[in-house]
Amino acid sequence: MYPSRFGYEAPKTVEEAIAILDAHGGEAKILAGGQSLVPMMKLRFASPEMLVDLNTIAGLDFHRVDADGSIHIGALCRHEDLEKSEVIKKSQPTIAAAASLVADPIVRARGTFVGSVCHADPQGDWAAALTALGGHIVAQGPKGTRDIAMKDFVIGPFQNTLAFNEIAIEAVIPAPKGIARGGYLKLERRVGDFATASVAVSLDMVGDTVARAGIALAGVGGRTIDATAAASVLNGKKLTAENISLAAAAVAAAAEPRTDHRGSADYKRQIVKTFVERILTGLATPSQKAA
Amino acid sequence: MTSLYDEVAPTPAADVPTRRITLNVNGEDRTVDVEPRLLLAHLIRQGLKMTGTHTGCDTTNCGACTILFEGRPIKSCTMLAVQADGHNIETVEGMASASELHPIQEGFKEEHGLHCGFCTPGMMLAAKALLAENPDPTEDEIRWALSGNLCRCTGYQNIVKSVLWAAKKMRAESN
Ligand SMILES: Cc1cc2nc3c(=O)[nH]c(=O)nc-3n(C[C@H](O)[C@H](O)[C@H](O)COP(=O)(O)OP(=O)(O)OC[C@H]3O[C@@H](n4cnc5c(N)ncnc54)[C@H](O)[C@@H]3O)c2cc1C
Ligand code: FES
Ligand code: FES
Repeated sequence: MYPSRFGYEAPKTVEEAIAILDAHGGEAKILAGGQSLVPMMKLRFASPEMLVDLNTIAGLDFHRVDADGSIHIGALCRHEDLEKSEVIKKSQPTIAAAASLVADPIVRARGTFVGSVCHADPQGDWAAALTALGGHIVAQGPKGTRDIAMKDFVIGPFQNTLAFNEIAIEAVIPAPKGIARGGYLKLERRVGDFATASVAVSLDMVGDTVARAGIALAGVGGRTIDATAAASVLNGKKLTAENISLAAAAVAAAAEPRTDHRGSADYKRQIVKTFVERILTGLATPSQKAA
Repeated sequence: MTSLYDEVAPTPAADVPTRRITLNVNGEDRTVDVEPRLLLAHLIRQGLKMTGTHTGCDTTNCGACTILFEGRPIKSCTMLAVQADGHNIETVEGMASASELHPIQEGFKEEHGLHCGFCTPGMMLAAKALLAENPDPTEDEIRWALSGNLCRCTGYQNIVKSVLWAAKKMRAESN
């Protein structure tokens, strides 16, 4: 299998890449890790006229924690970079838990975090994680940069709100209001498969109290699901058994699973409910559990 | 040299834009003209006539086409040949010297790490990347590192043993 014909440019700067996108008026596409785009082009689900390769642009492969506690992930930071990252292990439990569950090790060596978020696959792990974390994308276009909150970024299956001449140059996770806790659980049929169902949880804790909660789901709807009702059950509360089961019920209600070869709708709804309970129970301190 | 899809045409149509790229394959610089849509796996197999790199699924799932790109494993069916411009790649043909097998190849021989051998080149290169980073991996670490490479024959047991064998030999050699 091979893609239909296209032009290829390997710019050296983001500005140059934007100019090429701009000149092609919507017929050009960004190539990041290529782990979703190249397979789609081989199947001719995508046939862009021009590919703009980001891999020749220096300085986009970073991920770092700033002094204010916010985390910045550059457009060429690969899944594997996050999986092996000491700073992520120390500072961001949701990302740390998800990193080794994305695809397989060889895909992880090439695919990028930002590319995955842009791809907006309803089964994608990173869009769910970044949504739970209340993160945003920094988009750069001909007129400069703008921030797009995750809730406004992924608007449907494989649909994001970048303009045709904009590039997502980094993803940002805001500084936690307190201590960052969280987790990620994914059910897959075998290693390397997409999620049958998965749950991302992010909690900012001040003492025993949840200062901010975010919960997002992958694989159980036509797009990444931001379970805001479930998160608001926890805001300002303690992780008591009662609050946990209220949140889990709200997550089950937010899921919109469909029966397919990975499982029945009921099964998937049960899975996300169980996963939320498991993550939250694991994060609750003994005193909270007793409360 | 010109490499295009055999299926498309033996020589490029006059109006197809090609790019001249130079990549280093197993230590040797190769300069080729490629159409942007040529996949690296196809350049290696059809263009450079190195058929040790296999294409199994052609859908990024099986890992038979795994090669090392700047030392990291990649699925060569999912990278464009033009993207290798200026880069080093290593294929299974680069593992053995004229007189000696690479310890990983020896391990696969000693521990019967292959049946049909279709997955073997990809397995060995993924193992090579692992051992470069982690010379003394546990069985679990080997299974994890090879989890992107599918084998339809062996049941994986002997593949894992082969990599353990190679790791031991390579550690002994480096002491
Ligand atoms: C076998 C296999 C298993 C997989 N399993 C999983 C899994 O379990 N979970 C999961 O989440 N993913 C999975 N994936 C997908 C993988 O994570 C991809 O790496 C990811 O979806 C896309 O990232 P990429 O860098 O490869 O992007 P590309 O494929 O290069 O691009 C994807 C899309 O995003 C656009 N894009 C990329 N970067 C930018 C940018 N900076 N600005 C604007 N647009 C951009 C591209 O134009 C394209 O439309 C799997 C893939 C394979 C092949
Ligand atoms: S042929 Fe490339 S992954 Fe199967
Ligand atoms: S030995 Fe036959 S596929 Fe692995």
